[in-house]
Amino acid sequence: MSVPKIRIRGLRKAFGSKQVLDGVDLDVWPGTSMVVIGGSGTGKSVLLKCILGLIEPDAGTIEIDGQNILALGTRARIAARGAIGMLFQNGALFDSMTVRQNVAFGLIAKRLASGAEAARRANGVLEQVGLSPSVGDLSPSELSGGMQKRVALARAIASEPAIMFFDEPTTGLDPIMGAVIDGLIVDCVKRLGSTAVAITHDMASTMRIGDRAAMLRQGRIIWEGPAAEVMTSGDPVVDQFTHGRREGPIQMELRK
Amino acid sequence: MNLILNALAALGRGAIAACRATGALAIFAVTGLLHLFLPPFYPRLLGRALIGMGFLSLPVVSLTAIFAGMVIALQSYTGFARFSAQSQTATIVVLSVTRELGPVLASLMMAGRAGAAMAAELGTMRVTDQIDALQTLSTNPMKYLVAPRLLAGLIAMPLLVVVADILGVLGGFIVCTLKLGFDGPDYLQNTFSVLAPEDVLSGLAKAAVFGFVIALSGCFHGYRSRGGAEGVGSATTSAVVMASVLILALDYVMTEAFFTR
Repeated sequence: MSVPKIRIRGLRKAFGSKQVLDGVDLDVWPGTSMVVIGGSGTGKSVLLKCILGLIEPDAGTIEIDGQNILALGTRARIAARGAIGMLFQNGALFDSMTVRQNVAFGLIAKRLASGAEAARRANGVLEQVGLSPSVGDLSPSELSGGMQKRVALARAIASEPAIMFFDEPTTGLDPIMGAVIDGLIVDCVKRLGSTAVAITHDMASTMRIGDRAAMLRQGRIIWEGPAAEVMTSGDPVVDQFTHGRREGPIQMELRK
Repeated sequence: MNLILNALAALGRGAIAACRATGALAIFAVTGLLHLFLPPFYPRLLGRALIGMGFLSLPVVSLTAIFAGMVIALQSYTGFARFSAQSQTATIVVLSVTRELGPVLASLMMAGRAGAAMAAELGTMRVTDQIDALQTLSTNPMKYLVAPRLLAGLIAMPLLVVVADILGVLGGFIVCTLKLGFDGPDYLQNTFSVLAPEDVLSGLAKAAVFGFVIALSGCFHGYRSRGGAEGVGSATTSAVVMASVLILALDYVMTEAFFTR
């Protein structure tokens, strides 16, 4: 384990005068799950989108398996992205397609299967996330929020990616459905042996999903440690955040 | 002094923003065009875009063309009556429909229908992360979403204008024969004797350009949409306004190029 699966150094990103990421350093080791926590608007989603290549950072490096993906050409970046699966916060299911077509989409796009074979594999993946293959004929708009999240998870894991990202996987779900989705995520990650990065501000989810946790604040990682210790870190900032206390070093920033 | 400087600064900011938007549009158009020639290709998506832009637009384009032909016949007749030149009505109807009214009115209707639909669809995909999801699934959104629509615009609009030309002339024929007392065979003979191939071809060339502009405008504004429902609404409005203005401006440029040599 000498080379982290994902290694981020000095990552910076500003939008206008707002410095969202201000020198993020983070290592994620192969086969482990890292959960990045932090308040709303602290740049968690921007960090994820930078790693995914959806946003171009201003400075810094992002290495996957020791290779700086920011230095790669377009084709090489697309190829690198082929090894990544992503679960979006709102599912981001294609509403012009059926559930089955959504799940099979990545298999066909990455040329891992075609036509009937992709549909057959999509049915199998739907069963893995606890959905009947008959759900595959429905449109995403016909599903509940929890079912949409399961379909989105099925789409993310269908191509058995080596790296998986989860953007606030339990947002908008009731606690039981949140626990179900977390359980599915853990099962999928362990079964596939993937490396996972999740961002959330749900502490229960953090401890269920993560092997390690890191807290992002003011554009930097201010704490990193085992996820099991996130509630007892001893860091006053992390403690205030994880226990949801009004009083403490974090002052809610009102609009200036 | 400060007032003047502020006014100049605002002017400068506006100019820079306009240049930036023009450059972004040009890069978007070139990128979209390049993806028309680079694999993979998505014929199913092209077919769907053709149905959306072409087949489903037939009713609105047909109605527009037939009423435009009827109106131009009435107006020409009453105008020519002052000079006892009513026999020229057929000439005016066929030339105005094939050269101008067919392509321009059909394109303006398409901008309102298909251009707005494209901007709304892509805008919704953008604000719900569906475009980002495409990228994470190893699919280039420019190739998957934009290129088929640009090609559909290029192909569908001339086909629609052929229909609009026929129905526009038919509208004029109906008014002239049923209301104004023209002899049917004479009217048709006048129509076809004056019609030259370049009249129709210039209209079809305009239609291809306008179809591309409609698709480009819809895709450009939808693709760059930001900020939820309001952003999608704003993108849709911008797409229709930009396409409509460009259609009218390009119509002048192309008319000058075709007919004032």
